[in-house]
Amino acid sequence: MGLKPKWAGSTVDDREIAQFSARAADWWDESGPLRMLHRLNPLRIAYIRDHAAALFGRDPRRVDCLAGLRLLDIGCGGGILSEPLARLGAAVVGIDPGADAIAAARAHAALSGVAVDYRITTVEEMADASERFDIVLAMEVVEHVTDLDLFIHRAAATVKPGGLMIAATINRTLKSFALAIVAAEYVLGWVPRGTHRWDRLVTPDELERAFEGGGLETIDGVGVVFDPFAGAWRRSDDMDVNYMMAARRPA
Amino acid sequence: MRPGNGPDSELTVSGMDSRHDTRRVDVLIVGAGLPGLALAVALKQALGTSFDVMAVDPALTPEGRARRRRDPRALAIVAAARRLLETIGVWERFAENAQPILDMVVTDSRLTDTVRPVFLTFAGDVEPGEPFAHMVENRDLLAALNAQAEAAGVVLRADSVAGFEPGPFWATASLASGLRMAARVVVAADGAHSRLRELAGIDVVAWTYPQSAIVTTVAHERDHGGRAIEHFLPAGPFAILPLTGRRSSIVWTEDAAEAVRIAALPEAEFHAELERRFGLELGDISVVGPRQAYPLRFSLARRFVGERLALVGDAAHVIHPIAGQGLNMGLRDVAALAETIAEAARLGLDPGGREALARYQRWRRFDTATMGAVTDGLNRLFSNRSAALKLVRDFGLGVVDRLPALKALFIREAAGLVGEVPRLLRGEPL
Repeated sequence: MGLKPKWAGSTVDDREIAQFSARAADWWDESGPLRMLHRLNPLRIAYIRDHAAALFGRDPRRVDCLAGLRLLDIGCGGGILSEPLARLGAAVVGIDPGADAIAAARAHAALSGVAVDYRITTVEEMADASERFDIVLAMEVVEHVTDLDLFIHRAAATVKPGGLMIAATINRTLKSFALAIVAAEYVLGWVPRGTHRWDRLVTPDELERAFEGGGLETIDGVGVVFDPFAGAWRRSDDMDVNYMMAARRPA
Repeated sequence: MRPGNGPDSELTVSGMDSRHDTRRVDVLIVGAGLPGLALAVALKQALGTSFDVMAVDPALTPEGRARRRRDPRALAIVAAARRLLETIGVWERFAENAQPILDMVVTDSRLTDTVRPVFLTFAGDVEPGEPFAHMVENRDLLAALNAQAEAAGVVLRADSVAGFEPGPFWATASLASGLRMAARVVVAADGAHSRLRELAGIDVVAWTYPQSAIVTTVAHERDHGGRAIEHFLPAGPFAILPLTGRRSSIVWTEDAAEAVRIAALPEAEFHAELERRFGLELGDISVVGPRQAYPLRFSLARRFVGERLALVGDAAHVIHPIAGQGLNMGLRDVAALAETIAEAARLGLDPGGREALARYQRWRRFDTATMGAVTDGLNRLFSNRSAALKLVRDFGLGVVDRLPALKALFIREAAGLVGEVPRLLRGEPL
């Protein structure tokens, strides 16, 4: 973990990267520290797939429904979202400033036989290099950056005209402080302690304004809640804690 | 989802064993009987050309297929199972050979009774115009599934499984021919004595009933009017199940030794024994098919899933045929597993991953254990010669007969339409 790239002029927080790189080996353990993220995965993928299918005129029941679409997964970590989306046919570029996470992601993709282009870089560098995508994802990322508006502005720059951007994050409410930080990190141990800082959390209004500032129009927002009886996450109207938002760049 | 969809993707890749190549598919089904083929067809139709499904069975040789055409057995396909077969386009291939059961009569009697008291009738549609069940001959259903599997693009291979090795990304199955297959999920659909289940080290709870079922087909003078009759004789149930064209399938339970003796009797004597039990309602009868005795057993696998492995049909459970639920249970497995695999595949997730398989097991095992216990209990109740028990069952089923709501629930339960019903059993495509 000693090697930590410095990302001058970026929205990346070095301390946050260290937090995530420390558990590179745990990324793919379905019963490990990131088990709640694994359980959240089907819901996140379905949301991305269904919005992409609607926007690009695809049949979401086809196992290659994202074929031909270029997708950027910002903060891809060990690739637990990048890999399934690549299997659905998308040409996925997964970026993360954490070298350990990218190493874990590459190793896993090689073994499971899925092609993903993983890079140790930031969205600012992607934007500067004029990389453009049909779909740009910032899933569980915006709550970890130093400057939300700047981050979304640079991320939005990589969305092609007519393209889609989706973000998932945690709202900044008293309820989210109680549930997402106190309960999830300290009482239940669902996510490692220190994963989230309450003052970094983002409200749906702030995210929508940031999208607007990046030239995107918000098309959907949905809450995500954990159903303890089913042991699964499901969509909900309640956006007080976890939520997802979709936006598009006008063609 | 083509496995290995990277730039170097090839259907055949070099395995670690230098002598053989390893061929990759998404799902490998071991056993091309009724549940195995139904699963293959459902998956292939739902997930398309880029999702590879292979079914292997030693009975896929020309000799094996000829043997299957001589199978004397017939099946009661309940409404839910029929909806599945309709949804995957199999039903229309043999619909003209399916006989609806319009009415079901159960009697409890001794062989010498001249009048057999009827104490339970099941005239019932599950929905208006939708019969509770149809009788279908095994060979017709198998031929239709086989044709549909070929049409859907399922790879069928005459081969058997010799080794099974699950891994973190793929399971490897070595076949008797020497071919090595890698699959994300391997399905054991190879019957009650499943070799694959044994290779995976999954134990079963099993016992043999002291009874066997003699199965044959008779033709009769008068029309059966779609009525199924079950006489609960002291040795066990004697079922007359309507087939098309003034024929009926006989499932005749006897003590095991007696069944072997009867099945081997010369034709005239066999006919006489049959007539004593069959009764005279349908006029003159003649045996028109082969006869065979099948030992009755109960078996329930301790787990329905293993690492990269799922059990369906008789490989998972064999129940007493008293309630005619064997294949219907198998098709419920198929519907639940097909839905679980399709959902995972459509999310780009691992269809053989722990989460997906655990979901299948949760969905099926409780239902199966319950059905197994009910049918076992029914058999014990109805095979007992005690007069006191006879009173209990007369009274008990008499009550059921008089309560329309309870009876309707019985019919829907037996038709497979109670509980969290998988899409295919509701007649909805995956």
